[in-house]
Parts: sequence; structure tokens; C-alpha cells
Amino acid sequence: MAHFKKKAKAKQDVPTSSMPDIIFMLLIFFMVTTVLREVELQVRVQLTSATNIEKIEQKRLVSYIYIGPRVLGANRYGDTSVQIDDDLIEDFRAIRRLMYDKLREQPKLIVSLRVDRESEMGVVSDVKQELREAGTLRINYSTRRDPS
Amino acid sequence: MLLKKKKSKGEAEVPSSSLADIAFLLLIFFLVVTTIDVDTGIGLVLPPLSDEPPPPIRERNMLKILVNNQGLILVNESPAALRDVKDLVIRFVDNNGVDEELSDSPQMAIVSIKTDRNTPYDIYIDMLDEVMGAYRELRDAEARVRGFRSYEQYKMYVDERGLEDEIREMYPQKISEAEPDPGA
Repeated sequence: MAHFKKKAKAKQDVPTSSMPDIIFMLLIFFMVTTVLREVELQVRVQLTSATNIEKIEQKRLVSYIYIGPRVLGANRYGDTSVQIDDDLIEDFRAIRRLMYDKLREQPKLIVSLRVDRESEMGVVSDVKQELREAGTLRINYSTRRDPS
Repeated sequence: MLLKKKKSKGEAEVPSSSLADIAFLLLIFFLVVTTIDVDTGIGLVLPPLSDEPPPPIRERNMLKILVNNQGLILVNESPAALRDVKDLVIRFVDNNGVDEELSDSPQMAIVSIKTDRNTPYDIYIDMLDEVMGAYRELRDAEARVRGFRSYEQYKMYVDERGLEDEIREMYPQKISEAEPDPGA
């Protein structure tokens, strides 16, 4: 018994003095990896899926263009529209200038086209033509991985 | 002097017991906000605009794929099913001048995809997926010949050492996306 008592006397706490440091380290990791850039979608984008796809590792190079039917609220959808950042594009010729400005900021720009699966190719190719005008030639058709 | 001594005796620390809690709170915020999911998609490079007319291409080096608004596919003017497209592209690209009708070499082979304005986007992506799949299969096969498991592994090996990606040069993805027809 005396033996047991001796043990109980010794400190058995887990040292917690380094906890804040550990937490800070984790915090800094997540702060660095976080990309705080989520736009309010005004068009519906249901991505299609494909099998032979590649990942975009450098998220910072990516600029998104959303194409899909405009959300009018309560499951009603309007005509197919194009959204860049937070604005709907009325005149397609504006894409040229917008994307050109982005390209000057980030010369290795990748344009990710997030297109609704029910869109038609006409709009997509109009946008692509504008991208060629702007000189942003690296594009990526955003798709999900095929579950099969 | 007396006053100073008194001050130094007292504890003048900032309380740091809540530091961990504050850090935890911030950590949880960033954990929630972070999106770890990676963007995936089919990457392409658009042709630059130029006033010059495109260089002449021999008929045999061009595989013309046409997708209409119903999603029906024509490959070199003959109808084809979506699942056959991959094999057709592989045969076309990897022909190396054997068949008179097909390409001279993989470097010269061009796959041209043409759509109507009304072609649904997902059919077009399925189509593109098949063509990409064909190229991937060809590159994987070549990578296996060189003793790699797949092209992806070869690419990593090459990138690490800063070597030339020979397989990419061997099978360049030349995909031409023609302007869509106005459609009816």
C-alpha cells in the first residue's frame, strides 16, 4: 500500500503549457490554406461529370465564369446568363475587358468554366470566343468526377 | 525607489489562460470556412486569335467529329455511338501512316470537334471526355512501355527532374474546336 501512496503523490497531469502553441500552429495552417472567395451565385450551376479529368492544384490561378439559367427564385429559372464574380454579364463584349484585366494581374490565369449541364453550346462558345479575344487561353471545363 | 521595488514584487502578467480558447475559436472558424475539395475538370488551351489563315492540313490528318443538337455523332461523315468514339480516336491517332484514311503520325493528328449552337453542354463534355480518354490511354500505354505505371506517374517523375515530357511530345493533344453552326 505504501508503494501505491507514493505513486499517487507524483504529478500525473498532461502538460498543457504548449497547447496554445499547437493550436496556433494549426490555426496558421488553416489560415494559409483558406481561400476566402465564394461568390453569391445568381445562376444555377449543376456540373456534369466526366472521367478523364485533371485537378487544378493552384487555386489562386483560377478565375471562374458561371454559365447557367438565371435563378429567379422559388425553383423558377430564366434565360441562360453568364456570371463573373458577382455580376451578371449583359453584354458579352464586356467579358473581353474583364478577363484581360484579370490576365494582367495574373499572367498564368486559368479560366474555369462552370457551366450548367443543361446549357447549350452556343453561349459557351460565345464566351470562349471572348476569352480568345482577351488572350486568356488556358481554360478548364469544370466537371465532377464520374462516380462509376 | 521604494515605490519601484514594490511594483516589481507584484505580478504584472497578462492573463494568458484564455489564449488557448481564443486560438481554438479562430481555429474552428477557419476549419469551417476552408474548402479542401479540389477543383477538377477538363483542361484545354484555346487557339490564339490570329488574322492569318490556318495552315493547310491534309485531309487524312483531321478527324472530324460532329455533334448535332440531338446529341447524334458523326465521325468523318459516318454515324457513330458515343462509346465507340474513344476507339475511333485511338485508331486515328495511333495510325502512324498505316491506313490511308487515317493520320500520318500522332504529332500531325488533329481531332476537330464541331457542335451546333443548340447542342446540350453535357453531351459535348461527354464527347470531349471520350477524346481525352483516348489520349490518356495512348499516353498510359507509352508510359508502361517505359516502365511506369501510368502517364501520371511518368509526368511526376519528369517534373521532379526537370526533364522533357517526351510522351507529351509524342502524343500532343491537338483538339480543334470549330465554331458552332448557327443551327436550325
